[in-house]
Amino acid sequence: MTKAILARKVGMTQVYDENGRVIPVTVLEAGPCRVVQVKNDETDGYNSIQVGFADKKENRTNRPDKGHFGKSKLKPMRFLREFRVSDPATYKAGQELKADQFSAGDYVDVSAITRGKGFAGSIKKMGFSRGPTTHGSHYHRGPGSLGSVAPARVFKGRRLPGRMGGKRRTVQRLFVVDTDAAKNILLVKGSVPGPRGGLVEIKESVKGS
Amino acid sequence: MDLIKEVEKRNIKEDLPQFGPGDTVRVHVKVVEGGRERTQAFEGVVIRRQGSGARETFTVRRVTYGIGVERIFPVHSPSITQIDVVRRGRVRRAKLYYLRKRTGKAARIKERR
Repeated sequence: MTKAILARKVGMTQVYDENGRVIPVTVLEAGPCRVVQVKNDETDGYNSIQVGFADKKENRTNRPDKGHFGKSKLKPMRFLREFRVSDPATYKAGQELKADQFSAGDYVDVSAITRGKGFAGSIKKMGFSRGPTTHGSHYHRGPGSLGSVAPARVFKGRRLPGRMGGKRRTVQRLFVVDTDAAKNILLVKGSVPGPRGGLVEIKESVKGS
Repeated sequence: MDLIKEVEKRNIKEDLPQFGPGDTVRVHVKVVEGGRERTQAFEGVVIRRQGSGARETFTVRRVTYGIGVERIFPVHSPSITQIDVVRRGRVRRAKLYYLRKRTGKAARIKERR
């Protein structure tokens, strides 16, 4: 069975390990999720499970969604995401997914939409070096030269200022510090993309433990 | 925020004495030296308490051999075995950074009782 769950990022704090050392952790409210639909090779052409998370009011749900959730006799949920699985037969619609699939010591990959930074310059976005602030410098935070004069154009892929953030990003191999299925808590070492309250997808690490 | 408190609850010590800036404290810290564990005491004036929950820290300042030493301790760290309040001081601000510029008689703090 592939381990996967949806969660809400609660925020960061720190805990102590057995040696009294501080571990920075992100608190994730993981699940309870429900398998809404199981897709397999014959009917859909690929193997995956569709997972729902967080309750939604009945009167805020449109009819197509009501029908979709009704098929597996579930209440409508706010988020629907798919996870590829190797063996869809081990899942059935309506099944509950909780934080206890993971245990302390596991490694997970966490994906989420990063915070949008708006239109960012090349220093913030790509880590370009800056110009001098003083001594008559009129060149402060610009991107510098865009290339040589010979082609009389700018090559594709030139890193320039532009929209930053607001993209899906995955942090691989985060250490699971602790889980609590009763309180739906998953503690992961280090930081996780996205704002507090944002949706995150947690999967077993592809790089293994 | 509730879940964060829930997580921090396990680490928070409830048997701590009340102390704040201006107080003189003796902090007993576990140190590992060559695989051997022992406790070491650090005594000085608390010049700051910062943060909240399990992340709260305090800074202790002492002057040894004319050199000012400041150590920052997490309040709820398991390596701190004990905190003794030696003396309570009367101060009028929360952060006593002004003590860094003072030496000798000028760095005294009145006792509170």
